[in-house]
Amino acid sequence: MAMFSQNPLMNGPNYSFNEGPKVNAPEGARQHRFDPYTDNGGSTLAISGADFTIMAGDTRLTSGYSINSRYHPKVFKIGGTTADQHDATLCLSVVGFAADGEALKERLDAICKMYQYRHGKPMSVKACAQRLSTILYQKRFFPYYAYAILGGLDEEGKGAVYSYDPVGSYEREQCRAGGAAASLIMPFLDNQVNFKNQYVPGSGEGHALQERERKPLTRSEVEVLVKDAFDGAVERHIEVGDGLQMMVITKNGIEEIFLPLKED
Amino acid sequence: MPGFDFSNYNRNAALHARGVPLPKATSTGTTIVGCIFEGGVVIAADTRATSGPIVADKNCEKLHYISPNIWCAGAGTAADTEFTTALISSQLELHSLSTGRKPRVVTCMTLLKQHLFRYQGHIGAYLVVAGVDSTGVHLFTVHAHGSTDKLPYVTMGSGSLAAMSVFETQWKAQMTQDEAVKLCSEAILAGIFNDLGSGSNVDVAVITPDKTTLKRNYIKPNERTQKLKSYKFARGTTAVLNEKIIRKEDLGNFVSVQEIHVAEPGDKMEVDV
Repeated sequence: MAMFSQNPLMNGPNYSFNEGPKVNAPEGARQHRFDPYTDNGGSTLAISGADFTIMAGDTRLTSGYSINSRYHPKVFKIGGTTADQHDATLCLSVVGFAADGEALKERLDAICKMYQYRHGKPMSVKACAQRLSTILYQKRFFPYYAYAILGGLDEEGKGAVYSYDPVGSYEREQCRAGGAAASLIMPFLDNQVNFKNQYVPGSGEGHALQERERKPLTRSEVEVLVKDAFDGAVERHIEVGDGLQMMVITKNGIEEIFLPLKED
Repeated sequence: MPGFDFSNYNRNAALHARGVPLPKATSTGTTIVGCIFEGGVVIAADTRATSGPIVADKNCEKLHYISPNIWCAGAGTAADTEFTTALISSQLELHSLSTGRKPRVVTCMTLLKQHLFRYQGHIGAYLVVAGVDSTGVHLFTVHAHGSTDKLPYVTMGSGSLAAMSVFETQWKAQMTQDEAVKLCSEAILAGIFNDLGSGSNVDVAVITPDKTTLKRNYIKPNERTQKLKSYKFARGTTAVLNEKIIRKEDLGNFVSVQEIHVAEPGDKMEVDV
């Protein structure tokens, strides 16, 4: 804050230790800046079930205190053979810097299409997940500033969710929240999807209590959790709102659902 | 006048130099407006308070009381708007008691600007001052550094541009009270929906020579949506790691207990009727 904008008297009698702000720049040096990234806000969420995966994201695009768009999707169908992606089997959600997210989606989509044309079958989630990691790590020193989540069905037909950091570290998970409200949504998911911190009443004393057993959630249960998670995030995070886009991936294809959210 | 306590200044400056970040204040990244009409003045505000990107309060009050005929809308650092208006309200009440006259809006504005100028912008209060006094109807803005404006319609805060766009397209001279209330609340709505720092409800205050009406939550366009599921946990879901029961007769071992005589039932306490 402005209170500290003048450097306080350093090494003076007021201080019990000699540690002023360190300036390494030589005399007359000018610092040049290059800020190619913006945080465009928004949040994403993915939950896998026994035979489905649900990917969701809000549709608000922000910069600073401004809303740039009330409908800018963050969840995309990937690897379909046509422009409308009607036969796609995978979904990618990206949050962070919108331009990088868009670029990343375009790259991965092109790669999935090439795979399909060459091999005559769609790419598996496992293969696509590894490829996405490679794409991200290739730009290790000028990263895509995007938090990606990849969703689909694995070789056994079970729901699969892979989550990434911007430089390609990835992991298969049961569920994952990303973006601005990730810290608000993730604890809710831990508790409601993986039943963390829930014990079976009366099953023991203190630490001996039995943890509530995980059971796979149904599609409708997951849809309810996703909606409630976003309604909660909208209440407390200013960058989340306007619309909720959901992609439900099943063996019959990908169903897209849109729901309105609060616009304030 | 009692001032601020600067005794932690040197310690904090030293910590700051070592890279300790400053604590984050709750800011009312806000939309506040004011507008004069024939025979009075309207001020209005949104009700969102933020701390960074997180909503700290969904229904806070940004319309502050100064005196019965003067009210203030505040933007900026929440604590600063709260304490500055309370301080000036107090000074103005004492001043009006000693002069035997109702306080004037210019007096309030002058006290505010002099107080804020003295602190060189470190008190982050951005205010819209409105009121009616013996000299007429007044509307001012006061900035944190001490500058003031006197205008027929004003906006402040992060949503000021959204709100001003409404005034610049719809404002006209000689409006009725209802027209002014409608215009001000529409300006706040523009802030609520287009500025991320503003949100939730619209508060309005109308000041006329005979009375002030505070319309708290005049418009509520952002009611919370119902949860689709109940998240009530079964009793016993949370682990109890240890339990210790202290009986009433053993309380004396932990705190000093003093028995107080309790009046007989039926023996009622004396109260004013």
